[in-house]
Amino acid sequence: MSLLKVDNIHVYYGAIHAIKGISFEVEEGEIVTLIGANGAGKSTTLNTIAGLLKPREGVITFDGKNITGMPASKMVYNGMALCPEGRRVFQQMTVRENLEMGGFSRPNSEIDGSIENVFTRFPRLREREKQIAGTLSGGEQQMLAMGRALMSKPKLLMLDEPSMGLAPILVEQIFDIIKELHQAGTTILLVEQNAQMALSIADRAYVLGTGQISMSGPAAEVLADDRVRAAYLGG
Amino acid sequence: MVSLLSHLLNGISLGSVYAIIALGYTMVYGIAKMLNFAHGDVIMIGAYITFSAVHGWNMPPVLAVVISMVVCTVLGVLIEGLAYKPLRQATSLAVLITAIGMSYLLQNIALLVWGANPKSFPSVIDLQSISLLNGQLIISAEAIITVLANIVIMIALTLFTSKTKMGKSMRGVSEDKGAAQLMGINVNLTISVTFAIGSALAAIAGVLLCSTYPVLMPTTGSMPGIKAFTAAVFGGIGSIPGAMLGGILLGVIEILGKAYVSTELSDALVFGVLIIVLLVKPTGLLGSKAHEKV
Repeated sequence: MSLLKVDNIHVYYGAIHAIKGISFEVEEGEIVTLIGANGAGKSTTLNTIAGLLKPREGVITFDGKNITGMPASKMVYNGMALCPEGRRVFQQMTVRENLEMGGFSRPNSEIDGSIENVFTRFPRLREREKQIAGTLSGGEQQMLAMGRALMSKPKLLMLDEPSMGLAPILVEQIFDIIKELHQAGTTILLVEQNAQMALSIADRAYVLGTGQISMSGPAAEVLADDRVRAAYLGG
Repeated sequence: MVSLLSHLLNGISLGSVYAIIALGYTMVYGIAKMLNFAHGDVIMIGAYITFSAVHGWNMPPVLAVVISMVVCTVLGVLIEGLAYKPLRQATSLAVLITAIGMSYLLQNIALLVWGANPKSFPSVIDLQSISLLNGQLIISAEAIITVLANIVIMIALTLFTSKTKMGKSMRGVSEDKGAAQLMGINVNLTISVTFAIGSALAAIAGVLLCSTYPVLMPTTGSMPGIKAFTAAVFGGIGSIPGAMLGGILLGVIEILGKAYVSTELSDALVFGVLIIVLLVKPTGLLGSKAHEKV
């Protein structure tokens, strides 16, 4: 049974039909990536799964439980964490306070241990522990956003455009970390505009056209497909 | 010199009341991003409840204040739940007009229940004034209690927002509602608690205000409400230390204006200073400017 099953969801922004019947699955232990052009509906899909948006039709099942329409604040208790587009760290809080917020759903006694784990994975954050998050560099903020998401010990980690606005060297670092998280057993649903990078680390991929899935398959096959190469990988 | 000192103390005392009221405005603004113009009228209701409890039901003043706080807390949560919560997705203008409507509703309820005649509010503080410098400088017990209450509230709120889970929720919601939800924070509950705290503080402010200026009418809350709102903007709306600083400065400016410039012009002076501060620093004295996302 899949960890996450999205079955024919339709999402609207007012009168705009943004997601027109998307279905896909994520198995436990996989990295699955959603790729597609700007405005294809990738972030909308993640935000809907996370409960920030409500689908007008369709069913989302997570860990054997129907979570369709459940409020976002409940999702983290189900074992799902979204690291949102644009990182959205709490700019006026320190690095440590941000991580504490990430552990909001967990008992206080487990917070310090989890922060220690995050610091081990992201040594840069340990150096910046007392710094105000708004003053971190883009790459550091991305690490903080990922660390914050990991604080809830999610079964499924959803990453929305983790490479956005980062220098190529940082993009590689972030993807190395995603690979490490995967090797450590975290299931990952990755949304990326950087299709090349995403496909190189993913097990499977879904290609999103405007609000619909235009293609899916093992990441290596999608990477080799001529249409994908022409549309997203610059020929 | 002694009279200047005396005016300063009165200013700090009045400013402390503004500060306590301003906290309600600023916390609600920070978290719900709305101006709750009915906040001033919650102060008035709080004062009336205390008045009735002491005069009508012969309760000891301390108990009366506690009851008034409880009533105002419930009132604040009700106002939020009935009037503002359904408008969470509405435009800010719709919310603003609703808040003004709520303000008039509360004033008219008070008119209906307690009548239009001003009531003479009995001071709930039954302590001696302190006389210093051979009786030249007299500090009223009300002034001392007001300033002390302000300090205690400030410390308590600072600890609350930095140490408790609910306090952290409030900071999270005020920065980024969506991200806060992703952490597992219940935004609606957080907003309700904010209204509850703001309204309990309004009850305290009402009692302190009327103990110093003992005339109680259905419109008693309006002017202090507007001034406290000014104080919140002055200090930087959304900032708790800003509300404190803004409130105290406003009180001092008002009293010094009354003493040395003109009684009639003191309010104009207060609002004039506000305009100048906003022209020079639009986010207020301690207001944070939004960090650019990198």
